[in-house]
Amino acid sequence: MGCWSLGALLSGDLLPSVVVSPYIVQILTLAGINVLLAVSLNLINGFTGQFSIGHAGFMAIGAYSSAFLSVNYGERLERVFAFLPGSAPRGAVLLLVLAFGAVLAAIAGFLVGVPSLRLRGDYLAIVTLGFGEIIRVFILNIDAIGGARGFSGIPKYASLGWVYFFAAAGILLVYRVVHSSFGRTLLAVREDEIAAEAMGVDTTRAKVISFVISSAMAGVAGGLFAHYLMYIHTNSFTFIKSIEIIIMIVIGGLGSITGSVLGAMLYIGLAEGLRAFERFRMVTFSLLLILIMIFRPQGILGRREIFRRRRGGERPVVRMPPGKA
Amino acid sequence: MTTFLQQLVNGLSLGSIYALIALGYTMVYGILRLINFAHGDVYMVGAYVGYYVSLRFRGDEPSFAHALLAMLVAMLACAGLGVVIERFAYRPVRRAAKMTSLITAIGVSLLLENGGQLVFGADPKFFSSAAPHRELALGGVRISSEQLQVFVVSLVLTALLLYMIHRTKTGMAMRAVSFNLDAAKLMGVSTNLIIALTFALGSAFAAAAGVLIAMAIPKIDPLMGIMYGLKAFVAAVLGGIGNVPGALLGGLIIGVAEVFTVGYLSPTYRDAIAFAILIAILLFRPQGILGRVEKEKV
Repeated sequence: MGCWSLGALLSGDLLPSVVVSPYIVQILTLAGINVLLAVSLNLINGFTGQFSIGHAGFMAIGAYSSAFLSVNYGERLERVFAFLPGSAPRGAVLLLVLAFGAVLAAIAGFLVGVPSLRLRGDYLAIVTLGFGEIIRVFILNIDAIGGARGFSGIPKYASLGWVYFFAAAGILLVYRVVHSSFGRTLLAVREDEIAAEAMGVDTTRAKVISFVISSAMAGVAGGLFAHYLMYIHTNSFTFIKSIEIIIMIVIGGLGSITGSVLGAMLYIGLAEGLRAFERFRMVTFSLLLILIMIFRPQGILGRREIFRRRRGGERPVVRMPPGKA
Repeated sequence: MTTFLQQLVNGLSLGSIYALIALGYTMVYGILRLINFAHGDVYMVGAYVGYYVSLRFRGDEPSFAHALLAMLVAMLACAGLGVVIERFAYRPVRRAAKMTSLITAIGVSLLLENGGQLVFGADPKFFSSAAPHRELALGGVRISSEQLQVFVVSLVLTALLLYMIHRTKTGMAMRAVSFNLDAAKLMGVSTNLIIALTFALGSAFAAAAGVLIAMAIPKIDPLMGIMYGLKAFVAAVLGGIGNVPGALLGGLIIGVAEVFTVGYLSPTYRDAIAFAILIAILLFRPQGILGRVEKEKV
């Protein structure tokens, strides 16, 4: 029973859609997807210290591959799971297609990461940007997934509940990764790559793993996005989208999980709040970004979290001399 | 064969635009180790300034004098813009971590793009050429006066830049700052001035490119700088970032590669080819064609 009602909540059946307007639900859902994106990008940009600006590309791969699966095989898969009660079959199919999207995005992340993560700093930024664009151009040229027309007719499997379920799972995953021994390796790479290497850390391997996890999560976010809006177009996955995610994690604080959540929520909230001033919205954001960088480059939370861990105390913070990194 | 040569001419002309923009990237990177993401947008502003100037001052007949005036005014305006950007956005973060300055650059770029949409309007404008249109036929290959202008201007400006860097005292100061900022300062070079000058020069070149392409294409919009900027950056990396002749070479290669992709493969891949080249060069020769390997120091 408990399990069933969880399923119902996830699929949105029990949501009081009468009480809350569909507009608010949609904003909250998109905010949840952005939380997942921000947290995943923070793993690579904030905790591993590698500046990647091609996140939208991996989101696109997850969105298109999962949508391809559910458009072509969705109904057949639903019949396979028909023995489950209520709306559970649809949930099961969602899980399946999201897993597919995540795996493909992870593979793409691996293929992109292995060559480019050997590069440092700004070269990596440009290469990830380039890959993001290449992915987009290739999708634009595949007719089976709509090409330039966009991909429509995607079943609406995802809902507010599912999105927040995955956002929470993503937060937990990144938290666990960062607080594992592998997480300390990532922090070592972030703080000083040369020193980490000297201590025997296989830096490229650490960076690639972190990149793959991050890409897979972006793939899940993309899948949720596709199965919530039921229509996707490559215009949703441009360089601008990648920049948006960067703005979120920079506002919140690079290297802070709760910071990413806060940043994503603030960004979406501000974006909606400023909708009346549409023309000035992006100008405001770009000014904000510059001012934050000049006056508070660590973002709102810096590397702190809103909730501290009780046991174990704080991580020792290594201060970098200015001009390095 | 004629088609091939025609494509080559088109590619070289497009490539000279990339080269002009790439010069600014390469100069700024050479001095500050900063990817000036806003550079492509300065190029956009240059195109708009040229557009308004030529609209205001053009006579009944298009003439080279008017085109030259539009270009010079745009270059001056953008040189100023470059200095302002450096002073108020980049200088405060010059000594901060690399990611901070990179994000600042992205912020400036977004500001120019969205500010441009606000000031100039989001819809494209049509830039009717201020210079008279001629066409030169060599065998079966046709070269338009716009293509020739682009090519000649970029060669002349690169030559001037090279002369300045290697033969003048200011150029020597620029090389010193690029080699080691702090040591140059100790030797009495006023580094802030030199850095401002570098931004001014790079931005002026981008403005020249903006006016030239606006006359050739002839359509301008506030987001036109994104793709041109990215491809020009790729050109700078391809030639060896920080290297002036490399920027010219890289620009020409990217231009030709792009036109050939459109002509012989598929127009839809035109934006992907530059990045494919970038990835290949970074994997096999990260220092670029003419660049030197820079040792990483602790």
